[in-house]
Amino acid sequence: MKNLMYVEALNEAIREEMENDETVYYMGEDVRASIYGASKDLFNKFGEDRVLDTPLSENGFIGAAVGSSLVGMRPVVETLTSFMWVAMDQLVSQLAKMKYMFGGQASLPVTIKADMYYNGGMAAHHSDRNHPFFMNMPGIKVIVPTFPQDAKGLMKSAIRDNDPCIVFVDGNLGGLKGEVKENNEIENGELLIPFGKAKVVKEGTDCTVVGIVNSNVHAVNASRKLEKEGISIEIIDPRTLVPLDKQTILNSVEKTGRIVVVDPAHKVCSAASEIISVVVEEGFWNLQAPPQKVAAEQVHIPFSQALEPLIFPTEEKIIEAVKKTLE
Amino acid sequence: MISREKHILMLQRMMRIRFFENKLIECQKAGEIVGSLHTYTGEEGVAVGACVALNDNDYIAGNHRSHGHPIAKGGDINKAMAEIFGKEDGYCKGKGGSMHLADFSIGILGESGIVASSVPVATGAALTSKLQKKDFVSLVFFGDGASNQGACHESMNLAALWKLPVIFVCENNQFAVTTSYKDSVSVDHVSDRASAYGIPGVLVDGQDVIAMYEATEQAVIRARSGEGPTLIEGLTYRYEDHSLGLANVRRDGNYRSDDELNEWLKRDPIEIHKEFLINQDMMSKKEIDELEKKEIVSVEEALEFARKSPYPDPSQLYDDLFTDPISFA
Repeated sequence: MKNLMYVEALNEAIREEMENDETVYYMGEDVRASIYGASKDLFNKFGEDRVLDTPLSENGFIGAAVGSSLVGMRPVVETLTSFMWVAMDQLVSQLAKMKYMFGGQASLPVTIKADMYYNGGMAAHHSDRNHPFFMNMPGIKVIVPTFPQDAKGLMKSAIRDNDPCIVFVDGNLGGLKGEVKENNEIENGELLIPFGKAKVVKEGTDCTVVGIVNSNVHAVNASRKLEKEGISIEIIDPRTLVPLDKQTILNSVEKTGRIVVVDPAHKVCSAASEIISVVVEEGFWNLQAPPQKVAAEQVHIPFSQALEPLIFPTEEKIIEAVKKTLE
Repeated sequence: MISREKHILMLQRMMRIRFFENKLIECQKAGEIVGSLHTYTGEEGVAVGACVALNDNDYIAGNHRSHGHPIAKGGDINKAMAEIFGKEDGYCKGKGGSMHLADFSIGILGESGIVASSVPVATGAALTSKLQKKDFVSLVFFGDGASNQGACHESMNLAALWKLPVIFVCENNQFAVTTSYKDSVSVDHVSDRASAYGIPGVLVDGQDVIAMYEATEQAVIRARSGEGPTLIEGLTYRYEDHSLGLANVRRDGNYRSDDELNEWLKRDPIEIHKEFLINQDMMSKKEIDELEKKEIVSVEEALEFARKSPYPDPSQLYDDLFTDPISFA
């Protein structure tokens, strides 16, 4: 075991996969200088043919990643969630649709590492949490790691996967430390976490709390306070939204009879909306109280620090929602 | 020097496209096929000249008006026809249709219904060629309308910057639906824009298949030698409206005149090439007629193939969404 920061775990995953497979290359804006940390030292180690600094042309270079994947490469593309809007044509019209549209002829092993920075005074243009958009778009696997070990294992699995994967990286978690298994501590020598397997972060009996990315950290903090009041919550991190491990969530609700879903995305048509819909459709008779959603307010992100903190899920909002299910 | 075989191949492929498209027009009018149909008649010289200058292992990508491109690259017209009929034996098992023909086995990376959207994709295929130190090139067809999309400009900058072996072929058929390129392109010619990226821009008579071949051949040499991309603009003309059936809803039909169409019909790429072959004693009138009959028959056979092919079974709805499938249960 070693103690790594979330961003270090991602860096280790990318480095290992670039060592494993020479068709893997890393591309994005300022990745040689590694301004976001995940590509630290990659340029020195792998050189200019494997680590590509791009012009500010997200649609152009994401499209280039798509095209290069069709004929033999496995690109890992770094961008910010907010810059994905200018690349939506390539992300949607090509990356998501090509394989199906061409009757399965194409394979698109593209990994998009999508950094989301929010709740840090970045205002409306740099605070997007757009994972629900991509859950709604068939053809893309949506990966949402929270803890360092999961960040490493899911990133490695995404790079090895033969389909488009978007790994949503929560900037608030960048410095989060956690234990990560060493390769020699793992049976096959590699930390690969399968998609569609949720993680039970904490077992509990009174209410299920499903957290997306940083929401899990708030949920863990909330659980400590709730414990003092004699309330036991079970925290589940889905780890991937597409595919979604419905069964682990439904099993938990069968046990607790209650659910709160916490998601930093805007609350309308969020990941939380979808998870609650699954529980209502498939686990309705196990519910003892209406499901609760703790998600971002349905308004743009205001700059002022008097306003922005009002938007996002917090420990207190989770506690309030859990208590509401227990009324 | 273009061989006699290549000259005949170019005539054959242009004829095949023409008969294929004319057959589809009949079928569309008879209500046998659904959806929109963007035909390529009039523009055959551009696709054929460009594709015949490529090797089999080179890649192409197309656009919404793209039945001609796979045929020019040597694609299977049975599969193309079946796809346009939405049948299981189609290129994409009926999932793509008219605007999404693809045959990865012979370098046809598929077509995009969103104009200019395949330009970055083709640029990316060229990036693989460079990163893997292979010698294949990639070529993308897009229209005068698409040339105004940011995707084109971003890709040309990227390709020029990284000296990627990609060939940008603008098929200037004069109109984006009904808007003349003169009303939408800020310079005289799309090819003038090449200077902004420091790459060669070549203006070609797209009705002359030989001129298209030669321009592409030069661009291929440049690309394979690592010097980077070329922008070729083939001036051509779309005989039909943007999409078949558009004429029925067209109320202000004056976006182009009959006189203009008639002038272009006088410069038909197939007739020009036939004349060349006869003048050069490469083919006799009789041989041309025989070739023509053969191509008409091959298109009839493709139609039969498409009609007989079954529709995809409902059980195939979720097939081919992923290479590594996931459960939605």
